[in-house]
Amino acid sequence: MIQRLLKTLVGVATIAAFAGSVLAQDSKVADELAKYREALADGNPADLLEVKGEGLWSEKRGPKQASLEQCDLGLGPGKLEGAYAQLPKYFKDTGKVMDVESRLVHCMVTLQGFKQEQVTRQWFSKPGQDSDIEALVTFIGAKSNGKPINVPASHPEEAKMAKMGEYIFYRRSGPQDFSCAICHGQEGKRIRLQDLGNLTTKDGAGTAMKTWPSYRVSQGAVWTMQRRLIDCMRQARWPEPNYLADSIIALETYLQKNATGTVMETPGIKR
Amino acid sequence: MKLKFALFFALSAAFGASAQADKPVDAPGGKFAKDAEQMFRSSFRTDNSKYWMARLDQDETMKTCGLYRDNPPRKLGEKLEKLNAATIRYPVEGKLIGDWKEGEKLAAVGTGGHIGFIQPDPAGKLRGGNCYACHQLAKQEVAYGTIGPSLQHFGKIRGNSEEIIKYAYDKIYNSNAFTACTNMPRFGLHSWLTPEQITHIVAFLIDPESPVNKD
Repeated sequence: MIQRLLKTLVGVATIAAFAGSVLAQDSKVADELAKYREALADGNPADLLEVKGEGLWSEKRGPKQASLEQCDLGLGPGKLEGAYAQLPKYFKDTGKVMDVESRLVHCMVTLQGFKQEQVTRQWFSKPGQDSDIEALVTFIGAKSNGKPINVPASHPEEAKMAKMGEYIFYRRSGPQDFSCAICHGQEGKRIRLQDLGNLTTKDGAGTAMKTWPSYRVSQGAVWTMQRRLIDCMRQARWPEPNYLADSIIALETYLQKNATGTVMETPGIKR
Repeated sequence: MKLKFALFFALSAAFGASAQADKPVDAPGGKFAKDAEQMFRSSFRTDNSKYWMARLDQDETMKTCGLYRDNPPRKLGEKLEKLNAATIRYPVEGKLIGDWKEGEKLAAVGTGGHIGFIQPDPAGKLRGGNCYACHQLAKQEVAYGTIGPSLQHFGKIRGNSEEIIKYAYDKIYNSNAFTACTNMPRFGLHSWLTPEQITHIVAFLIDPESPVNKD
């Protein structure tokens, strides 16, 4: 871990150096982008957040002064290895299909005694305002590193959620006639210089899903899947969904189902 | 011969039936489509304004395109194309080709129109055509997308006849008048761009002095 952190610090400095030169001209662009990605791979600021999340997981907090160590993320209380990779899934105790974030919040409420509004108020970080949820999800996600994504959606409620996610994926509306599919339904396309995955295939969805949560260099923060998809809706020029909304969990179920079998590489690092 | 005819008959019957059916067999969401629509709509923050929420409304084109995964049967596609062609409006003065320099600016602008509470655009932010997100245009801009075809040398290749100018204007105003369910937004229909702004982008595409055609 220490070695990884050291690598991260060097990496962060290199990223900063390269970020300025990315806007190079002409044929140099491809080379520069390759170098940039190499620099990114060298160290990931998300590693720091992972350490913070590990601390938050075991710390006694909240009105009940309890840790999260008994939280059941789908594999049994406290079982973290591979838990992220099999979410979203149906939970008997709530009667709902839940993703990692809604389940984590459920644990913070039931085990630690927090109020839901309280723990979700800071569901994403802003400059100078950290998010516990981001740290915890980064930590939980990393515990699935090397494990294949496994969301077959075999429970009828999961199957329904995946189908509803598919519906939303193709649904067009707004002043730009957008749907997820218009950018993410074809092979080998890019928007500006950014490669676009075909999220309807195992390859495309796998490449996209295996690296979340991910550190986003352009945002200077780790983004969770909820954050990613809520921002997709912003880019589609739609209104803002609720954090933990069913429509987001449905999209996640659809995408994880498509990505099933892909080995997780998280936390990722992206533009 | 008899067999061939029987096969042809069976095939035409099958195609005819699928084109007339209300819904394709593999419509997204399947039997949960209705539930999904309701769930999607109720997933938004209640403090989104009514005006914002109206952006979720779908016209017939949007609904049909979703239903057929943007690949409607030709008959339906033609119907949508006619419907969309009828929406096209022209600038008051009637001139469809404007100033390529203004068009060049609009082609590069990708912001504007973002709503919500996390990262909205400030009111009055210029909304562009964002052409480079999907199309190659001027040679010196290398950061172009590939969702749409390259439009480099658009005018050089096609000339600057009245017909080409009108085609470019109409296509930008309402792309679905030509290809139902294309990925391209309907910039004029949604008043995303004004008719005048569209004439500037037309000029950027067609004017011989525009960098799209210069080198």
